[in-house]
Amino acid sequence: MDMITFPTIDMTPILPEIYLSLLAMALLLINVFMPGRQKGYLGYISFVGVVAIAVMTASGWGIEVSSFSGSVIQDKFAIFFKIIFLLSAGLSILLSDQYMEREGCNHGELYPLILFTVVGMMLMACGTDLMTIFLGLEVMSVSLYILAGFNRANIKSNESGLKYFLLGAFSTGFLLYGMALTYGATGTTRIFGISGQLSQMAAPAANIMLLAGMLLMITGFAFKIAAAPFHMWTPDVYEGAPTPMTAFMSAGPKAAGFAAAIRILVISFPALQPDWSQLFWILAVLTMTIGNITALRQDNIKRMLAYSSIAHAGYALVGFAAGNETGVAGVLFYMLSYAFMNIGAFAIVILIAKKGETNGTVQDFAGFAFKRPLLAAVMSLFLFSLAGMPPTAGFIGKFYLFSGAVQQGYVWLAIIGVINSAVSVYYYLRVMVFMYMKNPSEEFEWATVTAPVALALIISAAGSIILGVVPSYVMQFAQQAAKLI
Amino acid sequence: MSYILSLTTFLPILGVLLLLLIPRESKSLLRSLALGVTIITFLVSLPIMTGFETNADFQFVENVPWIAAGPFVMRYYLGVDGISLWLVMLTTFIMPIAVLSTWTAVEEKVKEYMICLLLLETGMLGAFLALDLFLFYIFWEVMLIPMYFIIGIWGGKNKIYAAVKFFVYTMAGSVLMLVALIYLYFRGLEAGFTSFSLMQFYSLNLDPQTQTWLFLAFALVFCIKVPMFPLHTWLPDAHTEAPTAGSVILAAILLKMGTYGFVRFAVPIFPDAAYRFTPLIATLAVIGIIYAALVAMVQEDVKKLVAYSSVAHLGFVMLGIFAFNQQGITGGMLQMLNHGISTGALFLIVGFIYERRHTRLITDFGGLSKQMPVFAVIFMIVTLSSIGLPGTNGFVGEFLVLLGAFESELRWYTVIATSGVILSAVYMLWMFQRVMFGELDNPKNQTLKDLNPREIAIMLPLVIMIFFMGVYPNPVIEKMDPAVKKLVSQVKRSNPTAEAPSAMQGLPEGHPVVVAPAASSGNSVIPAGATNTDEAR
Repeated sequence: MDMITFPTIDMTPILPEIYLSLLAMALLLINVFMPGRQKGYLGYISFVGVVAIAVMTASGWGIEVSSFSGSVIQDKFAIFFKIIFLLSAGLSILLSDQYMEREGCNHGELYPLILFTVVGMMLMACGTDLMTIFLGLEVMSVSLYILAGFNRANIKSNESGLKYFLLGAFSTGFLLYGMALTYGATGTTRIFGISGQLSQMAAPAANIMLLAGMLLMITGFAFKIAAAPFHMWTPDVYEGAPTPMTAFMSAGPKAAGFAAAIRILVISFPALQPDWSQLFWILAVLTMTIGNITALRQDNIKRMLAYSSIAHAGYALVGFAAGNETGVAGVLFYMLSYAFMNIGAFAIVILIAKKGETNGTVQDFAGFAFKRPLLAAVMSLFLFSLAGMPPTAGFIGKFYLFSGAVQQGYVWLAIIGVINSAVSVYYYLRVMVFMYMKNPSEEFEWATVTAPVALALIISAAGSIILGVVPSYVMQFAQQAAKLI
Repeated sequence: MSYILSLTTFLPILGVLLLLLIPRESKSLLRSLALGVTIITFLVSLPIMTGFETNADFQFVENVPWIAAGPFVMRYYLGVDGISLWLVMLTTFIMPIAVLSTWTAVEEKVKEYMICLLLLETGMLGAFLALDLFLFYIFWEVMLIPMYFIIGIWGGKNKIYAAVKFFVYTMAGSVLMLVALIYLYFRGLEAGFTSFSLMQFYSLNLDPQTQTWLFLAFALVFCIKVPMFPLHTWLPDAHTEAPTAGSVILAAILLKMGTYGFVRFAVPIFPDAAYRFTPLIATLAVIGIIYAALVAMVQEDVKKLVAYSSVAHLGFVMLGIFAFNQQGITGGMLQMLNHGISTGALFLIVGFIYERRHTRLITDFGGLSKQMPVFAVIFMIVTLSSIGLPGTNGFVGEFLVLLGAFESELRWYTVIATSGVILSAVYMLWMFQRVMFGELDNPKNQTLKDLNPREIAIMLPLVIMIFFMGVYPNPVIEKMDPAVKKLVSQVKRSNPTAEAPSAMQGLPEGHPVVVAPAASSGNSVIPAGATNTDEAR
């Protein structure tokens, strides 16, 4: 009797995912069997694990491997995004302990869930088959639904989790329909295969089933990256979710949505680029404008940052709409910068807030600067970076995004983009107005900065500044990663 | 390669690092250190002036690669020529004075204040020295941040409104310039250039329509900064609310960024469009001159009056620049320096009396000359210089501007603008009269003390400069002359109607011209020698 022979499979592309899953499962077991309510040490273990896996992932740079019959790939694009995911996860892990202790959550399961989310996101970035990408998206989403509602005692967190789940499930439906129709039109789910089929079609733009499939997929991804008009869930979910998870959601999963959407559209549908490019043109304008204009009127800082994150997705869509190397590299660079500056800003929000998520309005920042000058300076750095002021990461990122648009001939898109960017300055400045130019309303109580939060702040601040002053290296990596085809 | 430009630019940042180490309680140490840093920066910048060779080239050039990724190459590219030289010197000269003026005016958050001032100095110097447009944009934007805090934290009652307005106005303009810059770069890329270097943009042959759009994008932000009517509304607010040092720097240096932007970027890169938009710009400049003078006349607040006088003065500068001839541009450049000195001095004077009385309303004063004779003398000198009395710096610049503009196509604009000179005498002297002369009837004014030695020390260099530039401006003019000639030729080149075409054909295509073909060879800009440049028009 013959033994069952397994085909030799190169595991390289999904090794980080495998290690992360193992780490997450180990953490679950440790959580059960180790005594004690204080689960902070789980955070340290997972942070160290994330760092180690990030190093391992980065070491694969330049080695292109495709395996599982072409459903996953290790390329520079995937690696760049995986680093962004691990970075945002690492920073959020550092922020979690202090927050969860304050809110009185037993948070042992938090870290494994974050890691599972990262596994899902990574699969989205390295998947080259619609099914793999969908699988990744589901792993990510399901974990995120739980994370959003993690603070069980808080009604807003419950609302956030439920809302995210319902709307997320809905958007998943769109995405799946889109994939099914695309399969129907082309007979394959491999994204390289789809582009091959498309190139043989006489007039792909006239194939209704294919167009509908593409449109539904775009809709599904637009939900995930919170692009207008599919952004309605974002403010409520971001406001209700535990703040470290909001920080995480705004950086990691958003980048994952971009990773999958870029790979599918740029590789599978280059034949339809004029069509989807126009669509993203409109999405970008809507997303930037709605995000910024609504953010102007927010008093709650988490809501403001939620709307600002919608606006930032809009900026990234500008680079996506351009669809050229400069634009796509801009998206990659911007997502990385955004992870630094946005998670950094949320870290300060965590420090300002008090138990039960009170003290979370812009007004609560009054007089902050002269009680805590260093932290206020760091917060200003993040805000200036979000506003796109040089010499910060946010400026360089926007510069490349808008350059991509100009290079592609979308000058008006770039103009609308920069005008939006000027509008956004107003609400970021507003926080600074309160920090620096108003007196504190009452006696100022201040949470101490624990070591992990301090580390997260240092990493984010360093990232925001270094990517702004000497962006060359990282931008070159992004450029290489953006060479998809 | 000489590193003097980098050293000058970044010395203040070094000062910031030192300031960070000092505890916030030791205020006098913080002040002295900031003063020391600005003085050292001034001393370090002196060799730029003394070592500057009188020609049209960029000197002390530093050019190293900075960012190279994707289609872009940004370089760290600094250099100084006759146009930027004096603005750099003005900056390093004014900064110690500005720091000294805050000695007793700012008591709270001294550390942050000094840090802001020093950061601002780096931003301003960098913007004047950058020859890579991307680098320029960075410094240009960086400048905004400290100024925003200076107005917003240490300003007056309406400080937040003024600070946010200042920031949003400037930002709104500059982002459009960014798009124009990116577009320009890609046009350069098509022509085989791969950098943001100014020289390459000079040699781009852009078609008129492209020039129009790009010029508009650049002109908008510079017009906001100058500020040109009707985009000037942020200025009175910012000036009135800013603390004294902020107003001084704003008036003396930051406003020059706008006019410098025209001279350095908008006009020579898009000469064709600049030429076509001359009537519009000149109209706005003349409206600014007359309108601001009329508004200044009815101000009750001295500081607001001075702020509006700034708008009028910069209208003259713009008129001179857009005359596109040797005298006009030289006059405009001189007027930039003069305005920096005179208006800077005026804001200091307003600061002195505000510190004593905590009011700036003209009606609260009267007869101060009896109580404060030294102050009265200095105030009088500065007022006369601001009006442009012969013998003071204001006269030379204004005269050259009007002369240049009169000989250009802007003759009728000049006629109207000249009435602005009279108006400026009206509002300045009237204000002076109401503040300094008359009865010393307000009891609060009867105990005022005259200027103390520190205040006299602040004013003395400015008064010396007022007379020096009024009596013997030649050293200044001499050094800027070749650069101005080059600029004139750059504009003329694209506008052959203004010049005999035969003179143009001998010039190398695509390279900045060093010597204007028809300009007189001497350094003098005395009208008789230079008229032949422009009579052809």
